[in-house]
Amino acid sequence: MKKLMMTAAAAALAIVATGFSASAAEKLKVGFIYLGPVGDLGWTYMHELGRQAMVKELGDKVETTYLENVSEGPDSERSIEQLARTGHQLIFTTSFGYMDPTLKVAKKYPKIKFEHATGFKNAPNMGTYSGRFYEGRYIQGVIAGKMSKTGTLGYIASFPIPEVISGINATILGAQTTNPNIKLKVIWVNTWFDPGKEADAAKALADQGADVIMQHTDSPAAMQVAAQRGIYAFGQDSDMIKFGPKTQLTSIVNNWGPYYTRAAKAALAGTWKAEDTWDGLKEKMVVMAPYTNMPDDVKALAQKTEAAIIGGTLHPFKCPVLGQDGKAVECKGANLEPGQILGMNFYVKGVDDKIPGK
Amino acid sequence: MGLLEAIIISVIAASTPLLLAAAGELVVERSGVLNLGTEGMMIMGAACGFAGAWLTGSTFIGALFGIAAGCALSLVFAALTLGLAVNQVAAGLALTILGVGLSGLIGAGFVGEKITPAPHLYLPVLTGIPFVGKILFGQDGFVYFSVALVVAIWWFLYRTRAGLVLRAIGDSHTSAHALGYPVLKIRLLAVLFGGGCAGLGGAFLPLAYTPFFIPGMTAGRGWIALALVVFSSWMPGRLAAGAYLFGAVTILQLHAQAFGLGIPSQLMSALPYLATVVVLVLISRARGSAGSVAPASLGTVFVPDR
Repeated sequence: MKKLMMTAAAAALAIVATGFSASAAEKLKVGFIYLGPVGDLGWTYMHELGRQAMVKELGDKVETTYLENVSEGPDSERSIEQLARTGHQLIFTTSFGYMDPTLKVAKKYPKIKFEHATGFKNAPNMGTYSGRFYEGRYIQGVIAGKMSKTGTLGYIASFPIPEVISGINATILGAQTTNPNIKLKVIWVNTWFDPGKEADAAKALADQGADVIMQHTDSPAAMQVAAQRGIYAFGQDSDMIKFGPKTQLTSIVNNWGPYYTRAAKAALAGTWKAEDTWDGLKEKMVVMAPYTNMPDDVKALAQKTEAAIIGGTLHPFKCPVLGQDGKAVECKGANLEPGQILGMNFYVKGVDDKIPGK
Repeated sequence: MGLLEAIIISVIAASTPLLLAAAGELVVERSGVLNLGTEGMMIMGAACGFAGAWLTGSTFIGALFGIAAGCALSLVFAALTLGLAVNQVAAGLALTILGVGLSGLIGAGFVGEKITPAPHLYLPVLTGIPFVGKILFGQDGFVYFSVALVVAIWWFLYRTRAGLVLRAIGDSHTSAHALGYPVLKIRLLAVLFGGGCAGLGGAFLPLAYTPFFIPGMTAGRGWIALALVVFSSWMPGRLAAGAYLFGAVTILQLHAQAFGLGIPSQLMSALPYLATVVVLVLISRARGSAGSVAPASLGTVFVPDR
C-alpha cells in the first residue's frame, strides 16, 4: 500500500514534469530520482542541495525535475522511465536500490544519459558515481576510539550493502588505531529512514554501554537520543550540529553539487561519457563537518588523519586487511582494490556482528 | 538504571503511538466502518502537532492540534463514506495518500526545527522507587492517556448503553436502523473519534518520541495499528496487550542484535505481521463454523432509505 501511494505521488509529479517540457526545448533537461522526501535532512536532502547548487551554477542552461519518495526496487523503474519519456537527457538515480531498474531503462533509451549513485553496474550510457565515505568513517573511528570511555561504540546500520559494510569496517579500523581493544556493536534497522526506529536503536545501543553512536541512516533521531543521554554521536549525510550542539563530534557531509555541475556541463558540451566516478575527501565530494566537542589533541589527530588521507599517505584499507577470522584478505597492491571496497561483503577483524543474510 | 528497566521504558514509548491510533480505529471498526486512512491521519497529526507545539511552545496545545488535524481528515472520510456512500477501502487508501502529501506540505516549513520534548511525570518519592518508579511514575502524559483511553473504551463498549448501540450498529446496521437508532450519526462520531486518536498517536512522534518533524516520519505505524486491531480481534484488552507485544518485539530485536545474538533482523522485523497472521488463523480455527469475530457489517456501506 505504501508502494501504491509512492507510485501515485510519482505519477502526479511526472504530470507536472510533462507540463513544463514544452516551454524550453533547447535547455538540458536533468532529472533526479530521490529515495526520501527532500526534507529528510539526510541523504535525499543533500542530493537536493546538490541539484540546487547545479541550478545556481548553470542558471537557465538547465531545467531540472525531481521525483521524491521513490521506493527502491522494480517499482522505481516506472519513475525513471517517466523521466526518460518526458525529455530528460540526463538522469541521476540517487540510491543503491535503483541500480537494476536504471540499467533496464538505460538499455531501452540508449540516447539518454544515466548516472547511478553508489552502484556498480554500467552501460555505454550509464555511469556511476559515489563518494569515498569510508574515508570519513575512518576519521570518525579514530575520534571515537579516543572519545569512548566505555570502549564500546554503537553503530546503527541500514541495509547490508557494500557501502554500509565498508563504512563499518573503516570505522573499526580507524578506532583500533587509537584503542586496540575497542568494541563495536552493530544494529541493523532494515530501513534508511524511520526516525522512531533509529531512536530506538540508539537507545538500545546506549543502554548496552555504547557511549559513541554512529549511524548509516538518515534522520537526526539518533543524535537527539545521544544528546539526551549525554553521550557523543556523529551526524550523517549533513551537518547535524543543530540537533546536538554538545553531542556531535563531526559529521560526514555529502557534497554532490560540484559533481552534478560537472556532469551537466559535460552533457551540454557533448563530452559526457559513462564513467565510474568515486571521489573522496580530496575532491571534496566527502566533506567533514567541523570537529567539535572534543579535546584539542583529538581534534589535531583528526585533522592530521584527514590531511594524510587527502595527501594519499594514509589509506583506510591498507594491506594487510584481516578478515573477521583473522586471515588476511587477498591483496594485489598496497591497498585493497577499489572493486574490493565497492563490493565489500565481509567484516574485518574486531567487528562483533554477523552480516545479515550471510 | 538497569538494562531491563531501560528496555521496558523503550518498549512503552514504542508502543504508545500504536496503542493510541489502534484504540481509535477499534471503535471505528466496532461501529462497522473500516477506515484504512490511519497512516494518513497519523502523519497529519504529526505535522500539525509539531506545528502547534513549535508555534506556542506547549506540548499540550501541540497535542490538541494533532487531534484536530486527525479529526479534520477523518471528516473528509466521513463525508465520502457516510455522506456519499463511497467504498470505504478506496476512500481510506485515498485518505492516506492525501494525508501523506498534505502533511509534507504543512510540515515543509518546520523541517529542521526542534522543540522541547513532552515533560515526564516526576513525583518526589514515587519516581525514585528502584525499578518500578520510572516505569510507573516517570512517563509522559501521552503514555498515561493511552492507558486511560483503552480502559475508557472498554468501559464504554461493554458497560454503557451507547456502547451497546455502537456494537449493534457494527454488527447489523439494518437492524439497528429498524430499531430507530441513528446509524450514520453514530458512525460519524465514531469516525471522528478514531481520527482524533490517530492524530494524537501521530502527534506523539514529534512531540515526545523524536522531537523534530520530518515528512513521512510515521513510517508505516498506521498500517501496524490497523494490523493490531485485527490482532486484538476487536477487543480493547487484547489491543493493549498486542500493542505492548508489538512494541516489545521491535525493541527486543534491536537489543538482541546489540548483544550479538545471531537472529536475522529481517525476520524479527517481520514478526508483528507474522503474529497477526497466526492470531487470525487461531481465531478462525477456534471459532470453527461460528463465523468471523469481526463486526458483521464491517466495511459495508449503509444507505438509510432502503
